[in-house]
Amino acid sequence: MMDTTGSTFLPPGQSTIAGEVDALFNFILYASTVLFAVVIALTIYFVIRYRRRGAVAATSGKDHNIKLEIAWTVIPTILIIIVFIWGFKTYLKMSIVPRDAIEIKVTGQKWFWAFDYPEGVNTVNELVVPVDKPVKLLMSSKDVIHSFFVPNFRIKMDVLPNRYSVTWFEATATGEYNLFCTEFCGTGHSEMIGKVRVVSEREYADWLEAGAVSGEGLSLEEFGAGLYTSKACVTCHSVDGSPGTGPTFKNKYGIRQVMQGGSSVPVDENYLRESILNPNARVVAGYAPVMPTYQGVLKDREIDALIAFIKSLQDSTGNSGE
Amino acid sequence: MNNLPSSSYLNRPQGIKSWLLTLDHKRIGLLYLFSVMTAFALGGVFAMLILLELLSPGREIIDADTYHQFFTLHGAIMIFLFIIPSIPAILGNFVLPLMIGARDVAFPRLNLASWYVYILGSLFALYSIIAGAVDTGWTFYTPYSVETTTSVISMTLGAFILGFSSIFTGLNFIVTIHKLRAPGMSWFKMPLFVWGLYATAIIQVLATPVLGITLLLLIIERVAGIGIFDPAMGGDPVLYQHFFWFYSHPAVYIMILPGMGIISELISVFSHKKIFGYKAIAFSSLGIAFVSFLVWGHHMFVSGQSELAAMIFSFLTFFVGIPSGIKVFNWVTTMYKGSISLEAPMLYALSFLFLFTIGGLTGIFLGALSVDVHLHDTYFIVAHFHYVMMGGTVMAFLGGLHYWWPKIWGRMYSEKWARVAVALIFVGFNVTFFSQFILGSQGMPRRYYNYLDQYQPLHAFSTFGSWILGLGFIVMAIYLIHSLFKGRPGGANPWGALTFEWTTSSPPPHENFAEIPRVEHGPYDFDRVTAKSTLGETI
Repeated sequence: MMDTTGSTFLPPGQSTIAGEVDALFNFILYASTVLFAVVIALTIYFVIRYRRRGAVAATSGKDHNIKLEIAWTVIPTILIIIVFIWGFKTYLKMSIVPRDAIEIKVTGQKWFWAFDYPEGVNTVNELVVPVDKPVKLLMSSKDVIHSFFVPNFRIKMDVLPNRYSVTWFEATATGEYNLFCTEFCGTGHSEMIGKVRVVSEREYADWLEAGAVSGEGLSLEEFGAGLYTSKACVTCHSVDGSPGTGPTFKNKYGIRQVMQGGSSVPVDENYLRESILNPNARVVAGYAPVMPTYQGVLKDREIDALIAFIKSLQDSTGNSGE
Repeated sequence: MNNLPSSSYLNRPQGIKSWLLTLDHKRIGLLYLFSVMTAFALGGVFAMLILLELLSPGREIIDADTYHQFFTLHGAIMIFLFIIPSIPAILGNFVLPLMIGARDVAFPRLNLASWYVYILGSLFALYSIIAGAVDTGWTFYTPYSVETTTSVISMTLGAFILGFSSIFTGLNFIVTIHKLRAPGMSWFKMPLFVWGLYATAIIQVLATPVLGITLLLLIIERVAGIGIFDPAMGGDPVLYQHFFWFYSHPAVYIMILPGMGIISELISVFSHKKIFGYKAIAFSSLGIAFVSFLVWGHHMFVSGQSELAAMIFSFLTFFVGIPSGIKVFNWVTTMYKGSISLEAPMLYALSFLFLFTIGGLTGIFLGALSVDVHLHDTYFIVAHFHYVMMGGTVMAFLGGLHYWWPKIWGRMYSEKWARVAVALIFVGFNVTFFSQFILGSQGMPRRYYNYLDQYQPLHAFSTFGSWILGLGFIVMAIYLIHSLFKGRPGGANPWGALTFEWTTSSPPPHENFAEIPRVEHGPYDFDRVTAKSTLGETI
């Protein structure tokens, strides 16, 4: 299929639909550049040519020219009808999902993307798909409206809390592409960025076989370090002590944490587990109760791994327990 | 040498009470001028802070939540407190009765009430800044606006109240235009600015109540927990979008139509030439007003509305573009074989032609369904909107403000500094916003606090442009204020224009005219009538 290499205005197009969208974009761009140039050239010419010098010159009272007026009504009308039909035809293609598409469930929530594959694999912020295969995305939101946007594929669709929305694409080149949320969804909106990783069909099959990242062969701590990024903890929690939307993970384990309402709790394994699965049960003082639940997103071994990772984030001086 | 009249609306009667309780449309126009320009300055400060924060990725001066509040305040203030009332309530109030040869608007008390309602609504809106500023974006999309802890209610209540101010003004103008035209002024002898205000007033009266109802429903949902838009309570968030845009799309024409009216005045007067296609311009205003009610769904091509609905809205959207195109062609043709002089108001009119044409043409990208899917909610939209609203309406407003300034105050501003300001604003505007077209089509989403490194150069370019733009407005504020005290008197008709407001003294007397004028020629009959400029031949 058509690949576009990108231009000043457009990023490289790497889906089957991108070529058609770009062709129309460029058609409008060229046509309006010509139109704009004519309007501005005439304006500049008239301003220079008929510039008032000295006294006011007498001017003609001619205020209509029927041929001219018909021309500048009819020609733009024809042009926009072409643009309308062209845009609509491609839009229909973007709306009709091919029958043989792989169906992946997409869940948007503050502030990450979760993907569920029919094979039982699930990922966060990383959508892995095979090249040259249509992929259908069945999408819904757990909280507010989000919007799924992959610039390189020229697709975008709102993700709503009370209904499913659908979009699809067929990637034409392997590689990694940005996935943005484009409907404002609060504090972490601009951090709600994922990746679409397009791989060969064989790699895709192997990846599914391996059950995404299982963490086999890794220590819990190493596995947790990977999950910290891949499950989007990184969006709100730092590991260097700096505050974010949520508290930092650094030097957190073992201290007594002051909660909203003034109580304090020891940060131990059970507290950390509760904070992952039922985050708003107890909220650290000074922070808003905005974290989504990871119930159903993380498996038990993954929760174990994240707790092990958080426990590892202690200064060597060990200024932990008070 | 001109002298200021010893008695004018500015100094008779005197005292602060005579201003706050005035029923004179000119004084009410000035009350609006000061309050609306204060809002503009405030919205501008927020704009500068937003762009400063975007200079590079990550934190520059403020955190994410503050940034979200700032862009919401920028949008809400600029839309509801500045741009909607700007031309109708300031210039319309001042000029409309003068232009049609009337002593005042039809309902002077309602006119004053509209200003107090504006102030009340503004106080509610500004209260939200102190009370944990709203962070939803000026569109208040549900369910986010139902869930957020920020002061949505105070801001939406403010917008609700401001709506009534807008309706009062619209109603007043419709009746004034129907009933108070001077003897001999038939509909097609009205200046085109009056036609623009008339079309605007129709939209103000018909569309604004829908916004009022929508915002009221939103408030009821938040306060009483009745599910209307929030799915958690059984509501539908897309319904909110339909309601919101049913007002807010026509509202875009509330903002641009009066600006188009001003441009028709400026181009004809400064080309000293009869306007080309008077009726086409007048009817295209009404045509735009009508079709503007039928295109709201083009804001929702990726919201999950049906393909059929998307197709119909796309089709109708293109047809609202045609009348705007016709106007542009008419303005350019008016200059053909004119006698063109390039004072500040004309420079703003030419800036309008340049910027509004870009704004209009980029609208074609967004009306085309497949292309809009890519561009929706990116910086392309932000750029398009600013080219139409700031490049269009604000340029027209500034052109009108400079054009009628000597009528309002009786004094001229410094032409030299006015040219400096228009140059700074024109260049600064393009640097700020043209870069955003490219950012957007390259995929940069709007309302992002943080962004990927690849977008940094264009963001920095845009921030740099905002400093030029800001400087332009500071220069303008200085010379305009200076002119109030030191400006030389401009006389009754400094531009040699033919409409009624230039036949009375500058500033005009209390009831506008010593004697109600009679129509002896059309507003643009420069081919057979020459009004001598009261400035002499010095320009």
